[in-house]
Amino acid sequence: MSILIDKYTKVLVQGITGSFGARHARLSLEYGTKIVGGITPGKGGQIFDNVVPIFETVSAAVKETGATATAIFVPPAFAADAIMEAADAGVGIIVCITEGIPVMDMMRVKAMLAGSKSRLIGPNCPGLVTPGYGEESHGGCRIGISPGYIHKRGNVGVVSRSGTLTYEAVWQLTQLGYGQSTCVGIGGDPINGTSHLDVLKMFNEDPETEAIIMIGEIGGNAEVEAARWAKENCLKPIAGFIAGATAPPGRRMGHAGAIVGGVEDTAQAKKRILSDCGIAVAETPGVMAKTLIERWGK
Amino acid sequence: MNIHEYQAKELFDRFGVPSPQGKVASTPKEAYDAAKWLAVTRLVVKAQVHAGGRGKGVFKNGFKGGVQLVDSPEEARDVAKKMLGQVLVTKQTGEAGRLVRKVMVTETVSISRELYLAILLDRQTCRPVIIVSTEGGMDIEDVAARTPEKILREYVNPLAGLQAYQVRKLCQNLGLQTTARQFGRLLHSLYKLFIDCDCSMVEINPVVVTTDDHVYALDAKFNFDDNALYRHPEISSMRDKEEEDPREVAAAEFELNYIGLDGNIACLVNGAGLAMATMDIIKHHGGDPANFLDVGGGATKEAVTAAFNIILGDPNVKGIFINIFGGIMDCNVVAEGVVAAAKETGLKLPLVVRLEGNNVAAGKNTLAASGLNIVSADGMDDGAKKIVDAVA
Repeated sequence: MSILIDKYTKVLVQGITGSFGARHARLSLEYGTKIVGGITPGKGGQIFDNVVPIFETVSAAVKETGATATAIFVPPAFAADAIMEAADAGVGIIVCITEGIPVMDMMRVKAMLAGSKSRLIGPNCPGLVTPGYGEESHGGCRIGISPGYIHKRGNVGVVSRSGTLTYEAVWQLTQLGYGQSTCVGIGGDPINGTSHLDVLKMFNEDPETEAIIMIGEIGGNAEVEAARWAKENCLKPIAGFIAGATAPPGRRMGHAGAIVGGVEDTAQAKKRILSDCGIAVAETPGVMAKTLIERWGK
Repeated sequence: MNIHEYQAKELFDRFGVPSPQGKVASTPKEAYDAAKWLAVTRLVVKAQVHAGGRGKGVFKNGFKGGVQLVDSPEEARDVAKKMLGQVLVTKQTGEAGRLVRKVMVTETVSISRELYLAILLDRQTCRPVIIVSTEGGMDIEDVAARTPEKILREYVNPLAGLQAYQVRKLCQNLGLQTTARQFGRLLHSLYKLFIDCDCSMVEINPVVVTTDDHVYALDAKFNFDDNALYRHPEISSMRDKEEEDPREVAAAEFELNYIGLDGNIACLVNGAGLAMATMDIIKHHGGDPANFLDVGGGATKEAVTAAFNIILGDPNVKGIFINIFGGIMDCNVVAEGVVAAAKETGLKLPLVVRLEGNNVAAGKNTLAASGLNIVSADGMDDGAKKIVDAVA
């Protein structure tokens, strides 16, 4: 098992003919992902790379292909519309890669999605990977922009707000011989679709996931909320890391969501709470996997 | 993005948020004319800089106070003369202070009550939240710490918008009676401004109730969502680059995300999370980061050269740590970019490079074969230790 996606998941790509979307659609196809359709308004009826049919609308694509997941690569000004279109078409897993969406747009999207059957991952995220069993983990499902080859199929669930820190953690695990069940990049924006807590709950219920790495950063209280839940409900070993201990207050550190607000919001405060909740906190980002394995004892 | 007080006044006027009459002036003559136009006996002249604490600030020419009460157009002119072209130092500007290019001349109002009002986006509920307090004119963080019960919050459903009952509730809790309608109109106008202009925060401290029962926004602080500026050219044009760190302005031109800090180890990293974590790991091993710098997904030769130039413009920098996890991007392309940039900028400082990911072996070879004094690192901890040792 894995969470959210597996090698059978049928995936759409919204914005498949843009250079960014096209490049990553190709990499996902090579990885073994079942990309069954692309969406580019005005290009419906064409075939992408002679293999993937392009549709005018998401609902037409879903009707034709039975897709249950989508990756969104459209520019920020059109991304909110793309997410709502996917939700309207009944797509269950909506992964929005786009960086730089106005936060008011996301506020409305979030309000519209409340009560719908769709789960949004992101935006401003690397996406999802459920590694396969093949060489360099091929044969799995990759939705988004993560490098596939750094993964290995196994039993560690990884959840993170940051793309490159996810890769760092995954690569450390793979180097030490530990594989991953599913890796989830939830994105660096202040309003996102899926929280650390949502993902922890899924990992907790997934029989294949035996241990978890949770990576967070300054800004908001999502990591704290997840840690407090885990203390009461999660029996699986968790290692954590919080980036931004040296970030000056009030400055936005790249990610729109990475800004130190109140006193409870610092990296130090979050690390302390994680630790109080029984999570093994990595001293440096260089030892995230090592910290997990020590706690796990496996 | 932040704006000046006189620009906030422009927005208030456009959206019908009542605020005292006033005009901006760039010369003492303009200040005189503004005062004449206002035709009132008591006026206030305020230095326009992006930093708070102006009232208690001191100019480098010795003149005290960036906010002055005056009684005549002549006096307004004289005060403006002492402020314009001078550097104001407040608790928020640091020692360098800020050059005052404009002053604002406004009428004074006779205040009976001061309230606090802010609207911002609440991350937890993903909704706009209106925050009010009867304790206006004070530092709101202090109020929150000492008397949290005096801070009231009202959450707004973003799809429905601000409702009349919510305004009535707030007015009652603030103890407003005769001025409730006026406050309500101000709040509705401000909420519309907040939404229409893609603000991430607007804070009015204080909102004043005057002795003759008027309600005015006296001082305002705005924050706009940078991601939404593309659809607000009129707000983008309010950007005052002179108020921003010149290194950050230069970085933005190359689409690099740079924030200057006080340390001496510069970092160049791909990805915001990894960039933050790189600063942390330098600190962990006893060093002090000089900056946050995210080169994004493409560490090309041009981007790295631009980044080097910005980093080297900081005289505190004694060494550079490059930390790249090239997931999809080719590490060798990054290495070639680093070598070319180091040669082009004539780099003399210690340079530690940690490369990982796609085609990393070729990348490391390129660095080794360059003939430059580049130290290669295995892993983040190793790299951080090496650069900390190199600058020690």
